[in-house]
Amino acid sequence: MTAVAERITGLVGALRAHGVRIGTGESVDAARAVEALGLADRERLREGLAATLLHGAGQRAVFDPVFDLYFPRGVGGPDGERAGREALRERLAEALAADDGALLARLAAEAVDGLGGYGSSPGADGWSAYQTLDRLRPQTLLARVRADVRGRDGGGEGFADRLLDDEIRRRIEAFRRMVGTEARRRVAERRGREEIARRGVVPTADRVDFLFAGRDQLAELRRAVQPLARKLATRLAARRRRAARGTVDLRRTLRSSLSTGGVPMRPVLRRRRPVRPELVLLCDVSGSVSGFSDFTMLLVQALHDQFSKIRVFAFVNRLDEVTGLLDHGRADPDGLSARIRAEATLTGWHGSSDYGVALGEFAERYGDAVGPRTTVFVLGDARTNMSDPNLAAVREVARRARRVYWLNPEPRGQWGTGDSAAPDYAGLVEMHECRTARQLGALIARLLPV
Amino acid sequence: MFTSVDDVSARLAETGYLASPAVATTVFLAGRLGKPLLVEGPAGVGKTELAKAVAQMAGARLVRLQCYEGVDESRALYEWNHAKQLLRISAGRDESWDETRTDIFSEEFLLPRPLLTAIRGDEPTVLLIDETDKADIEMEGLLLEVLSDFQITVPELGTVTATRRPFVVLTSNAGRELSEALRRRCLFLHIGFPEEELERRIVGLKVPGLGAALTESVVRVVGALRAMDLRKAPSVAETVDWAHTLLALGADTLDETVVRDSLGVILKHQDDIQKAAAKLDLDAL
Ligand SMILES: Nc1ncnc2c1ncn2[C@@H]1O[C@H](COP(=O)(O)OP(=O)(O)O)[C@@H](O)[C@H]1O
Ligand SMILES: [Mg+2]
Repeated sequence: MTAVAERITGLVGALRAHGVRIGTGESVDAARAVEALGLADRERLREGLAATLLHGAGQRAVFDPVFDLYFPRGVGGPDGERAGREALRERLAEALAADDGALLARLAAEAVDGLGGYGSSPGADGWSAYQTLDRLRPQTLLARVRADVRGRDGGGEGFADRLLDDEIRRRIEAFRRMVGTEARRRVAERRGREEIARRGVVPTADRVDFLFAGRDQLAELRRAVQPLARKLATRLAARRRRAARGTVDLRRTLRSSLSTGGVPMRPVLRRRRPVRPELVLLCDVSGSVSGFSDFTMLLVQALHDQFSKIRVFAFVNRLDEVTGLLDHGRADPDGLSARIRAEATLTGWHGSSDYGVALGEFAERYGDAVGPRTTVFVLGDARTNMSDPNLAAVREVARRARRVYWLNPEPRGQWGTGDSAAPDYAGLVEMHECRTARQLGALIARLLPV
Repeated sequence: MFTSVDDVSARLAETGYLASPAVATTVFLAGRLGKPLLVEGPAGVGKTELAKAVAQMAGARLVRLQCYEGVDESRALYEWNHAKQLLRISAGRDESWDETRTDIFSEEFLLPRPLLTAIRGDEPTVLLIDETDKADIEMEGLLLEVLSDFQITVPELGTVTATRRPFVVLTSNAGRELSEALRRRCLFLHIGFPEEELERRIVGLKVPGLGAALTESVVRVVGALRAMDLRKAPSVAETVDWAHTLLALGADTLDETVVRDSLGVILKHQDDIQKAAAKLDLDAL
């Protein structure tokens, strides 16, 4: 295999490890693309490989950092002497003011080289983006860059001037990402790109653990709600069609076979009445699991026409109905959790979750929300902060409902550790691990009644 | 078809389409590898325009299949002209039925639709399958068949095979997830909102009278709006519309009043307008 072919194979392998499905046909196309484009222009190479290997825009967030490892910008550190912190800040301020992308990339390389190295014994040394940025502190350059830009444009008049601060922040943000890319490249030279591609590249939003998702990833997830809902609606409709075809009604088949001398010629199907199910959500919205709950609430709302009725309840250690608040979530999904916390009574005299009290309150005050057609989903990590889990309340809800499912965003291995009452609840209702949007989608497609 | 990425860039520019490096590279590759191009992205970023520009630069005819909910074979492939067939039947009373029958299922009574039109004929062709996500899933099966073999069978007439494969562009606004199988047939290109520099050039090209300073401000404001996470972020189409409006208003700089009065050109939802006005420190609307 030539070096380039090997490189493509490595890139494809790393992408597959991140869940991007690539067939041999696409790999062949990728090789042809590289041949047609040549290696001289790295950005064209990037686009050509993306065009042949990817099938959706969501995969790009994984592709770019992996590409940067397999087709790196260069080898080793920048030439010349290592720059000191102050000199770097000086030049960074100028580059940010000029919005000079090429210069910013060069400075990112110099910064990692000069400020990002740690350790000296082989195996324990490396390059850290975190350390680089912590020493360089680019965010503190805002005022200086602003003054610089105004100086060169003369004044600071004009309407667009009010946009300047945010623009500079975005440039700084882009620079931080460049530092991340550069540090990964340097580390990969030392430890091998396979390992860094596996561990150092953030997974696509739908594979991020709800419990560890950062703000940006949660925002990205919220944008994924509508497409995911459309996909699920298609799957549910297919299941519903299949279910509506019905099963054979033996008694009626035999009765109608009397006319054919008792030979059952035509099976009579038992028709199902197409009654849309009712859904109740009970959501723990306390800090640790709120990302998971928010996302699930938005998803269920986006699926609202799949149900005859949806009611949503939120709790921390008190429980309140938030069905009405969710309706407005359509206009402003980002503000949903803030609104729920502001407008619903969710906490009593302390701020941590209490499943026992909240579930008891549900069974007592809203028991009539649950009937034989209702499917109940409980969302939460079942961490009771050492208080009584109130299994009786769960038993009562399970007795009234058609089905109760518990979706737990914690890895199964952690159920029952510390203050988790997960095994107790799992003894009464079906509990599923639900750590990522991808898992949630699969569970909903399987568990939702149709 | 194209000699290089630069060649694609330059010739697209001649038609009035300014391609990002990603667009030029992918169009070049689609020509080289002979694969259909699936272009995805929000409304108004130039997906349809790109297909038209490719046709123009290649001196090819453009055949367009506009998809919508319920578009079916008779709209996409071909249909028999029933009215004309009936007329023919009633006119030919003294012939045998067999004669009439052969006659009315002939070329003369066939209404070719875009897919068949694009496959027949020898001239270079760009086939644009626009807004594919709006069609039903059944339509995808049909597209897959046509894009695999480039042949269409009309039972009464026989099989038509492309003598010259069209350059195929499919667009999608991601309203519905297209099937994996269809995606695998295609090269994938996502067009997002352009970089500032490219957008300035697009505005400069479409609304040359606006002047460099005002063009720059327009693009900066649109960039700020896109960072706001609105229900519908303004696209290139809105940027160009806004530039036209400002030119018509005779504005020579942006100020609070001008922006406030014309925000409705860029933003389509009332709550977006309110959110943007607050974030841009405009006085109450
Ligand atoms: N790269 C570009 N070069 C020139 N014009 C563009 C470009 N991108 C968008 N436009 C403008 O945007 C308008 C909308 O484009 P269109 O192709 O209709 O968008 P889409 O099909 O993606 O919804 C076009 O009329 C064109 O004026
Ligand atoms: Mg269009």
